[in-house]
Amino acid sequence: MIALDIGWGTTLAIKTVMILAIVPLTALVLGYVFLLKMMSHMQSRLGPMDPGGFHGWFQLVGDGIKFIQKEDITPGQADKRVFALAPAIVVISTFLVFLVIPAGPDIIVKDLNVGVFYALAVSSLSVIGVLMAGWASANKFSLLGALRAAAQLIAYELPLLLAVVGVVIQAGTMSLQGIVAFQSTGSIFGFDGIGFPLILTQFIGFALFLVASQAELTQTPFDMPVAESELVAGYMVEYTGFRFLFFFIGEFGTAFAFAAIAATLYLGGWALPASWGISMGVMRFLGPLVLFAKVMGVAFLMFWVRFTYPRLREDQLQALAWKFLIPIGLVNILLTGVFKVAI
Amino acid sequence: MSTTNPPLPEFDIDPRAFRHLADAQVGVELDTGDMILNLGPQHPATHGTLRLVVRLDGERVVSADPVIGYMHRGYEKLVEFRTYPQITTLINRIDWLSSFANEVPFIDAAEQLMGIEAPPRAQYIRTVLTELSRISTFVLFLGEMGLQVGALTPAFYGFRDREHVLNLIEAATGGRFHPNFNRIGGLKVDLPWGWVNDTRTAMKTIFDACDTFEDLLVGNEIFEARTRSIGIIPPELGAAYGVSGSNLRASGVDWDLRRDGKPYLAYPDLDFKVWTHPDGDSFARYWVRLQETREAARMVLQLLDGMPAGPIMAKVPRIIKVPEGEAWVETENPLGQMGYYVISKGATGPFRVKIRSASFSNVSILPWLLRGVFVPDVITILASLYFILGDIDR
Repeated sequence: MIALDIGWGTTLAIKTVMILAIVPLTALVLGYVFLLKMMSHMQSRLGPMDPGGFHGWFQLVGDGIKFIQKEDITPGQADKRVFALAPAIVVISTFLVFLVIPAGPDIIVKDLNVGVFYALAVSSLSVIGVLMAGWASANKFSLLGALRAAAQLIAYELPLLLAVVGVVIQAGTMSLQGIVAFQSTGSIFGFDGIGFPLILTQFIGFALFLVASQAELTQTPFDMPVAESELVAGYMVEYTGFRFLFFFIGEFGTAFAFAAIAATLYLGGWALPASWGISMGVMRFLGPLVLFAKVMGVAFLMFWVRFTYPRLREDQLQALAWKFLIPIGLVNILLTGVFKVAI
Repeated sequence: MSTTNPPLPEFDIDPRAFRHLADAQVGVELDTGDMILNLGPQHPATHGTLRLVVRLDGERVVSADPVIGYMHRGYEKLVEFRTYPQITTLINRIDWLSSFANEVPFIDAAEQLMGIEAPPRAQYIRTVLTELSRISTFVLFLGEMGLQVGALTPAFYGFRDREHVLNLIEAATGGRFHPNFNRIGGLKVDLPWGWVNDTRTAMKTIFDACDTFEDLLVGNEIFEARTRSIGIIPPELGAAYGVSGSNLRASGVDWDLRRDGKPYLAYPDLDFKVWTHPDGDSFARYWVRLQETREAARMVLQLLDGMPAGPIMAKVPRIIKVPEGEAWVETENPLGQMGYYVISKGATGPFRVKIRSASFSNVSILPWLLRGVFVPDVITILASLYFILGDIDR
C-alpha cells in the first residue's frame, strides 16, 4: 500500500492477515454500534447501556468472555464432522466476499474484472454452511430453519442480481474499482461537482438491493431461519460458545460486506468526486474512512428495519420475491437499457 | 384400443373433483412421512410450560394436541386445608399477571356466604385495582404479540409501560405481582397519600402507550399479513368450547360479565363500552384488547373522580367462620370468565372450591383451531389467545 519495495510473498502475507483481521473487526463494530447501542436506544434497554460505566462500552467484551468460557457441546446424535465444519464454511464465505471490496485506490486484495458477480456468488456459499448446520444438528427445529434458509436464499439471490445488473449496464463494467471510477469521474448533464453516484438513476435497484440483502442476511422482516419465537434459534439452536460466535461473526461480517457492496455500487464507494482534485496519495488514507462512513449509513438503514418490523411468513416471503421484486428488477433493467441506448 | 376418451362415469360426480386429480397423484408420489414436533414444554412461545404435540406435513400442521399439567399445583385441594384469609395468598398465583383480579371473585363468594358487604370505598378501590391489573396484563400482551410475530421492539415497550401500572399496584398494596390485599369485608389499608394523582398521570402514559402500539403494529402491513384471517374462531363454536373474555368478544359476541353478569364491585355505577370485532381472527383479538386497555384506563379515571369517602372495612368477627352454604361467583377477568364455586360446611376453611379459570377453556379450542395452519401461525394463534400457564394448570 505504501510505496515500499516488498516482494509478492510479503504482500500476500499482509493481505491475508488484514482480511483475517477485518472480518471479526467489522463484525464487532456493527455488533457494538447497532446491536448493542442503537438497539438499546430504540428499545429502551437498560442492560447493554450499563457495564463499564460510560455508555456500556464493556458489554461487548463481556459478551466475548461469556462466549469463550461456554462449554462446547456437540449433540450425541449429531454428524460430528459436518457439525464442526458448518460454522467455518459460513465464515469463509464472508472472508471471500471481502476479497473484492475496494477501500482505496490500491487497497484491495484482487480487483477482479467480474468483481460484482464474484461477490454475490461467494456470498451465497454461506447457505451450504447453514444447511449443513441444520442437518448435522439432528434437531427438528434446526432442520426446519435450515430448509427455510435454503428456500429463502435461493429466492432472493435473483432480485439481488437483477438489481445489480442495472448498475453494471450503466457503468459498463463488472469490476468494483471500475464502477467506483465511473461514479467518481462521471458528471450529471455536464455538472461534475458530486461526480455521478449511481443511486440517482438506480434508486429502484438500490431499494431492491437493500430488501434482497436483508433476506440474504436473514434479518427481520425475513429472519424466519432463526425466528426466535418459532424455531427457538433455527439452524443455530444446537451451537454453543465459540461455534455460535462463528455464526455471529459470519452474520455481522456479511452484513458489513453487503453494506460495503451497496455503498460501492450506488454511493460511490471509497472515492470522492474526481472534480474535487484530491490526489490519489491522500485518498489512500481518506478512502477507507469515506467507505466506512458510507457503510455505516447503509448499515444503519438495514438495522433500523431489523429492529422495527415484524417477521413475514415463509410463503409470504416467497410471494414477495417472485411476484414483486423480480418483476420490478426486470422492469428496472429494461428502463436502464432503454435510457442507456437513448441518452 | 379406441382412440376416443373413455366415457365419463354414469354416476354423479362433482366435475371439480377431476381438476385436482393430477395434483393428487403427484401428492401421493411425493408423499413423505409426517414429522412430530414437540413445541414445549420448554419453548419461548408457550409462556411457560404448555406442551403442544404438533404433527407436521412440511410446515403445515396436520394435528395439534395440547398437553397440560406441567405446572399443576393443586390449588383446589390446597385451599381445603387453609382458612379463608389464607386462601387469597394461594389464588393470587393462579393468573399471576393479574393477581388482584383473581382475589375478587373468591372474596366476593365468602362475603356473600357470610352476608357481609364491603363498604363503597372498598368496592371502588377494588374496582380500580382490578382495572389496573387488567391494564398491566393487556399492555404486556400488546408488546408480547409483537415479539411473537418477530418484532422485538414492542415487547420492550410493553415491559416498560407496564412498570408504571405495577408501581401503582405496589404503592397501594405493597406487592408488585401478588398483592394479597383483599380482606373479607374490605381491604387491608386505605390508599396512600398522593396515589390518586399518580394514577391520573400514569393513565396518560397508558393512553400514549396504546397509541404507540397502534402505530407500531396495527397499521403495519406485515403484522396485518401475519394476523388477518389467521385462527378464526366462529362465535358459536367459541361459545361451545367455553372461550370467554376478549377472545370471544373478538368473534363478535357482545358479552361482558362486568355489564351482563350479576352486578359486582362498582361496575353498575360505571359508564363503559364493551368492544367487539366481527372478524374473530388473531388481528381482531389484538384490536379488541387494545381498545379494552384504553377503556380500562378511562374506567380508572372515572372511578377516581367518583371515589366515595368512608371506611374501607366492614364489621367482621375476629375469627372468620363462614356459615353453611354454597356460592358461585363469576367475574370478567383480564383473560376471560373466572369463577369460584365455594361450598362451606361452617368451618374456618371451605369444604370444597371449584375454580373455573379462563385460560383452561380458551386453550381447549386449540386442536380445532390449529388444524391446517403453518408453524409460524401456530405461534401467532397461541400469542393472540393469550393464556397464562398458571391459569390453565392451576
